[in-house]
Amino acid sequence: MNFAVDGKQVFAYTAAHAIDAARPSVVFLHGAGLDHSWFGLQSRYFGYHGRNVLALDLPGHGRSDGPPLASVEAMADWVVRVLDGAGLGEAALVGHSLGSLIALECAARHPARVERVALIGVAYPMKVSEAFLEAARKNAQEAFDMSTIWGHAPQVPLGGNPNPGMWMYGDTLARLARLAPGVLHSDLKACNDYAAGLDSAARVKCPALFLLGRRDVMTPPRAAASIAQAIAGSRTVQIASSGHSLMAEAPDAVLDALIEFFA
Amino acid sequence: MAAPKYPALDTLALHAGQSPDATTGSRAVPIYATTSYVFRDTEHAASLFNMERAGHVYSRISNPTVAVLEERVAALEGGVGAIATASGQAALHLAVATLLDAGHHVVASNSLYGGSHNLLGYTLRRFGIDTTFVSPRDPRNFERAMRDNTRLVFGETLGNPGLDVLDIPAVAQIAHAAGLPLLVDSTFTTPYLMKPFELGADLLYHSATKFLGGHGVAIGGVLVDSGRFDWGKSGKFPQLTAPYEGFHDMDFEDESGTRAFLLRARREGLRDFGACMAPMTAFHILQGIETLHLRMPRHVDNTRKVVTFLAAHPMVESVGYPELASHPDHALAQRLLPHGAGAVFSFNMKGGRPAGRAFIESLRIFSHLANVGDAKSLVIHPATTTHYRMSDQDLKKAGISAGTVRLSIGLEDAQDLIDDLGRALGAAKKAVQ
Repeated sequence: MNFAVDGKQVFAYTAAHAIDAARPSVVFLHGAGLDHSWFGLQSRYFGYHGRNVLALDLPGHGRSDGPPLASVEAMADWVVRVLDGAGLGEAALVGHSLGSLIALECAARHPARVERVALIGVAYPMKVSEAFLEAARKNAQEAFDMSTIWGHAPQVPLGGNPNPGMWMYGDTLARLARLAPGVLHSDLKACNDYAAGLDSAARVKCPALFLLGRRDVMTPPRAAASIAQAIAGSRTVQIASSGHSLMAEAPDAVLDALIEFFA
Repeated sequence: MAAPKYPALDTLALHAGQSPDATTGSRAVPIYATTSYVFRDTEHAASLFNMERAGHVYSRISNPTVAVLEERVAALEGGVGAIATASGQAALHLAVATLLDAGHHVVASNSLYGGSHNLLGYTLRRFGIDTTFVSPRDPRNFERAMRDNTRLVFGETLGNPGLDVLDIPAVAQIAHAAGLPLLVDSTFTTPYLMKPFELGADLLYHSATKFLGGHGVAIGGVLVDSGRFDWGKSGKFPQLTAPYEGFHDMDFEDESGTRAFLLRARREGLRDFGACMAPMTAFHILQGIETLHLRMPRHVDNTRKVVTFLAAHPMVESVGYPELASHPDHALAQRLLPHGAGAVFSFNMKGGRPAGRAFIESLRIFSHLANVGDAKSLVIHPATTTHYRMSDQDLKKAGISAGTVRLSIGLEDAQDLIDDLGRALGAAKKAVQ
């Protein structure tokens, strides 16, 4: 589904369903350099189980017009304008990595519009190394390699993919290869610069789920502890086998955790 | 954090796609000889059928043993994923049938395996898919043959029978400028000798029967997608970018982005055409792949020694191997195939068909049969076998002479192979004196 926000085209995967304002809604927010299809199985499930689904391509990603937005705060406000554009009052937000910071910030800034948040592969602060930022600034292949290798559990290139016949590294690299120059750097910089996490977490009053991979080398579970403690009543689920790309590495465990959270 | 490093090809050949079996601890890839998989409950069943969960439903669509092979080949090639098929021919058919409808057109190299030529030149024409064959020696030939209804550009990394080297970077550039994907048959080169995706190809397939399996024990194919071709941007592939009634109005690119081609190929092509791979076959091919990085250098090393011997033999008119300066694609091979130009080649012998017969019948180590890419050395004389009904004139049109012999060099001792060929060439000489 394409619609206009701020005069620019935004693409959202809706699981082939029309938006019905009478139904509950879930917005999926992808991570740095990726797109809506990173949530393929999970977003499809909720689209076929009674919810409006908007699995978004953030500005400058996938089929949404650029340029990318420069800060987590700007992206959080943009999500609300997306809800306005889709005619939706409130929605649950499911974010991964950069998307999880957007969901957190959106829930803090716009509590009336966010029903609950699921934060997947999240950390605070989400610091990015100088080497990674610099490689991304140069649009160097090394940045895509870092994103791919650090973005999965160490056993992924040697282990079996739960999605038959697919190779996770190749899929990530192919997605990153489609990015316009500068987009990955913009996303990583937004993660690195985000400084409101603890204050915003303390302002979140809706139900919150932290979904973390124990083999995540980018955002290890211990790095989410401060914001998890700051959100009253939040729940944390750790997936033992997964690295940072939880939706691909452990798709069923992620879906089961989300189903329980939404029940 | 340590600098990022990908596992090397040698490591991927042994490990990619498989973790030790979670239930039994089996280190080797288990052979899941099962047609179907028990659902946890009705909700789980519905979710699997509607592609909301990952997993297996029915072994025509996917199987755990076959999935290991698919992921391993995708890893070796640097693709997003792969689909294993009943044969290399089934892989080519699956690629074409996923992308093209009746009324569409293919531009293909004319330097192709005979089976691929038959499929494109005759069989698919019956179904409304037309092909123009062009010489791959000038990449602009592909551009000249394109029409408004062209949807695919196709060639072999090393062509039959003359080992024409496909200039993948140049042909890919031409294809992409026209909004078309480039598919290559990578059977003769394997990912050890060439990575077509790194050169610009979009899709590739192997007859895994040959060097991937490597031991002549199983027929199979593998189709791999780079995930790099942007179907939406091309605008020529509604098969992947518009709702498909045959799968609940799924728009494959909306659904899965970089995986759109493989999603339709599996969910439509395997489901409806059904040319899937059996798990035992996948196991055999996986066993071969585990030594690909050890076998290919030996194949190439033996081939170089045999080529050197034949090129200097008085009964040999010519040897067609791209590493020889006399081959028309020598410079291209140096650029695209620095690790070797494979282990299958042809040479022309003096003395025509009688000499060819005597040569073949005098060989002791080389096996006379219709295959290539075995650990054992193989030979065939087209004029008395695959092309025996053809006149000498028709053979010439096919790039073959009455004295053409095709060899597939195996892993035996190189000197034993040279001795065998020398003895047989002596017998051929006697036969025509």
